Amino acid sequence: MPDQLINLTIDGAPVSVPPGTLVIEAAKQAGVLVPHYCYHPGLQVAGVCRMCLVEIEQAPKLQIACATTVTEGMVVKTQGPAAKSARQSVLEFLLINHPLDCPICDQAGECELQDFVFQEGRQGTRYGEYAKRFNPVEDFGPDVLYVPNRCILCTRCVRFMEDVAQEPVLNVSERGDRAFIGIHPEARLDHPWAGNVVDLCPVGSLLSKDFLHKARAWELDKTASICTGCSQGCNISLDTRDEVVVRVRPRPNLDVNRYFICDHGRMHYRWMNRGDRIEAPLIRRDGELQATDWDEAFDRVVGILRGAAEGRKAVALVSPGASSEALAEAKRLLSGYSWTGAFQVVMGEEAPLAGVPNLALRAERAPNATGAESLGYTRDYAAAIAAAKTAAVVLVLDDPDCAVETDGALLYLGTVLGSDAPCRRADVVLPIANVAEEEGTFVNRDGREQRYYQAKPAPGMAQPAAWVLGQLVDAMGLAGATR
Amino acid sequence: MGFPHKPHPKETVVLSQYFGDADARTYKGWTKRGGYQALAQALKTDPVAVTDIVKESGLRGRGGAGFPTGLKWSFMPKEKKKAHYLCVNADESEPGTFKDREIMRWTPHALLEGTAIAAHAIRAEVVYIYIRGEFTEPWTIMEQALAEANAAGVFGTIKVYLHRGAGAYICGEETALMNSIEGKRGNPRIKPPFPAAAGLFGLPTTINNVETLAAVPHIITRGAAWYKSLCLSNPKSTGTKLFSVCGHVQRPGNYEVTLGFPLKDLIYDMCGGPPAGRTLKACIPGGSSVPILTREETEACLLDYEGVVERGSMLGSGGVIVFDDSADMVYQIMRLAKFYAHESCAQCTQCREGTAWTTKILERILAGQGKPKDLDLLLDLAENMTGKTICVLSDSCAAPVVSGIKKFRGEFEAYLAGKRQVVMV
Repeated sequence: MPDQLINLTIDGAPVSVPPGTLVIEAAKQAGVLVPHYCYHPGLQVAGVCRMCLVEIEQAPKLQIACATTVTEGMVVKTQGPAAKSARQSVLEFLLINHPLDCPICDQAGECELQDFVFQEGRQGTRYGEYAKRFNPVEDFGPDVLYVPNRCILCTRCVRFMEDVAQEPVLNVSERGDRAFIGIHPEARLDHPWAGNVVDLCPVGSLLSKDFLHKARAWELDKTASICTGCSQGCNISLDTRDEVVVRVRPRPNLDVNRYFICDHGRMHYRWMNRGDRIEAPLIRRDGELQATDWDEAFDRVVGILRGAAEGRKAVALVSPGASSEALAEAKRLLSGYSWTGAFQVVMGEEAPLAGVPNLALRAERAPNATGAESLGYTRDYAAAIAAAKTAAVVLVLDDPDCAVETDGALLYLGTVLGSDAPCRRADVVLPIANVAEEEGTFVNRDGREQRYYQAKPAPGMAQPAAWVLGQLVDAMGLAGATR
Repeated sequence: MGFPHKPHPKETVVLSQYFGDADARTYKGWTKRGGYQALAQALKTDPVAVTDIVKESGLRGRGGAGFPTGLKWSFMPKEKKKAHYLCVNADESEPGTFKDREIMRWTPHALLEGTAIAAHAIRAEVVYIYIRGEFTEPWTIMEQALAEANAAGVFGTIKVYLHRGAGAYICGEETALMNSIEGKRGNPRIKPPFPAAAGLFGLPTTINNVETLAAVPHIITRGAAWYKSLCLSNPKSTGTKLFSVCGHVQRPGNYEVTLGFPLKDLIYDMCGGPPAGRTLKACIPGGSSVPILTREETEACLLDYEGVVERGSMLGSGGVIVFDDSADMVYQIMRLAKFYAHESCAQCTQCREGTAWTTKILERILAGQGKPKDLDLLLDLAENMTGKTICVLSDSCAAPVVSGIKKFRGEFEAYLAGKRQVVMV
């Protein structure tokens, strides 16, 4: 915190903000949202939409709140007749060539043009009988469509690609009312972070092909979550419709991902909706896995674990996508054994976002490797697989393709079980919830512990792994054991 | 002088003395006529003192805004921490204005000398001369003159670049010009920061108009007091100014007069007034961006910064567009609006959409399809386009519309009532 704060009044409310703050940001602290389009806190100031014009006492004319820095004693009014009429006129100018095709526009319901016009726009048009400007839809990139007719030329997308992604493939082409967003003739909007232009677009001009006509904004439930795409730990919102995840969007966190997520993370959600889930606990009876209830399944596990643990080996092979809570309970459950825990991380290509320090799609494609490590799980997966051979008990946590072989008992907690998966040889299979179906925490690569919440119910009898393991810990009377 | 016409006795010939004299274009010819003496004198003087002389002379920017030149120079950082830049705005593209073109065509060394003095005064190490793209002849002449000046060591260690525009009107706006030089789209920037703090390539920059800089050598050699004495009316407007007169006059051209000179005399005496049998109807005194004056206002107008404002317009760039009684003001205003709609950079909403919409309404009125409420709509749009954007292009589109409707409402109403049709000439 700087020592000196600047005091000003916005719509009668006194606020104190650090020097250098923009009026539009100071207004947020006063609980005032100054309507705006081109301004975005994650981008450079452009000052072009002219929507945020406000009255500032002693200024000769209206000033844009997004490019005016606060000064001591400043008095800002956003609701005076001059500012209101200026905003109404900007809305009118923006609408004369806007197709008003809200009924078929994906942005409807979360559209800032719709919101502000509804809030303070003019009733009816004065544009008259002129045909509206028309330009055909353009295919910008793997996931981005450009609908120029809806574009209000706020240039957020241009500035994102230029200043943040630092791959300037977009521009404003032409001049005057013929202007549109152009793309380099030999380029595609295929930067690993390009999908953010869809979120940044305040109207329905830049659309995600993945989300195209999939749902109306008002049908969506939004749940705070953490991206499982890599070890960066980007804060996201899981948007669900009828208990199906249909979209992933960034949730601002200035310390982790600012306002952005990468396309890999954005597309990393379909598996959350898989239909081929394990829906009931399975126990081996007469050499076959058969469905049962939780009580019997727990009894079977307790029976296996009770067989004189003293001095015997146990191995836990876990997914680095499991919650810290589940990982801790798994360790506690095996605390009577000579314990080895390990995980393996899928690696990919690193894709940094050039304009933001310490933000990248990380090569390590796992959300909780750091959490697992801090609990004592190791990356020496090969050694753990070897140790599993002679272990008394092997616990596999949500790693269905794990090539495990053991002479001891095999317990598998997972979401799915392929027909030829090694874990089909397990003595007990316990169905667990996936990340969208439970609450838990991940520790990102920088050691930041972050909570995610439940976005939809788990199928059938599946329960969060932490709950399942916690029940077993209780049944074993290990509640007091150190984690 | 009123090149290509003979000098008029009422002119005060300072900048235009050698217009039409091809020999003055060469370095040799220019020095023979006393050129580059002012530079030699200035280089012996402390930069601050040079700035003070210009301040004292009362010289104001001739590009349109009329900002005191010496004061502008003094805004450059006192303590030099970064490289300083000088930009010369030779992107003369204001409709009705063609004075800088003549300065560059006939006296390129006057501009280069003034530029060198200004660069000395603001301690610049790099100079960019931004020449309008369409100015092919001035470009060739300037290229040649700069080569000669460099060969003669006029600029010493200062690097001078000629930069040719690509034909956008908006690049005459100082910050758009800087973006254009930087290789970016020619969009005006939000101010602050002003160029003296962060201009070209983010470094302290001064930008001056061609005519302003061409006047500087005269101020250095003849003194601030002499320049200040060139004043016929308001003491805040000193020196001479070139007026480019076009439209319905018998002798269009560039005329150089002392500020405070009556517009009436410029039109009637020097330019011979409207063609025979016609009478004066209206006049745009300062390039297309300023409000239109009626005949009465024109005849009462004194040509200096304050005098024109007093009559409800602005001195602007000094491009005098004269209309006689044959002019269709509705058509003329539509044509101006169309120009701005074409040249809007598309950044600000009001300008991008407003200039085009204004043009459409004016075209509709001309086509006999106007609606009774159109005039009120035009005035309301103009109100919404004024004072709300990054630069003044939007205001410039609104100015002739507002003044036109106010002063020639009858002509608009005749179209609306179906009593008038466009006469295609």
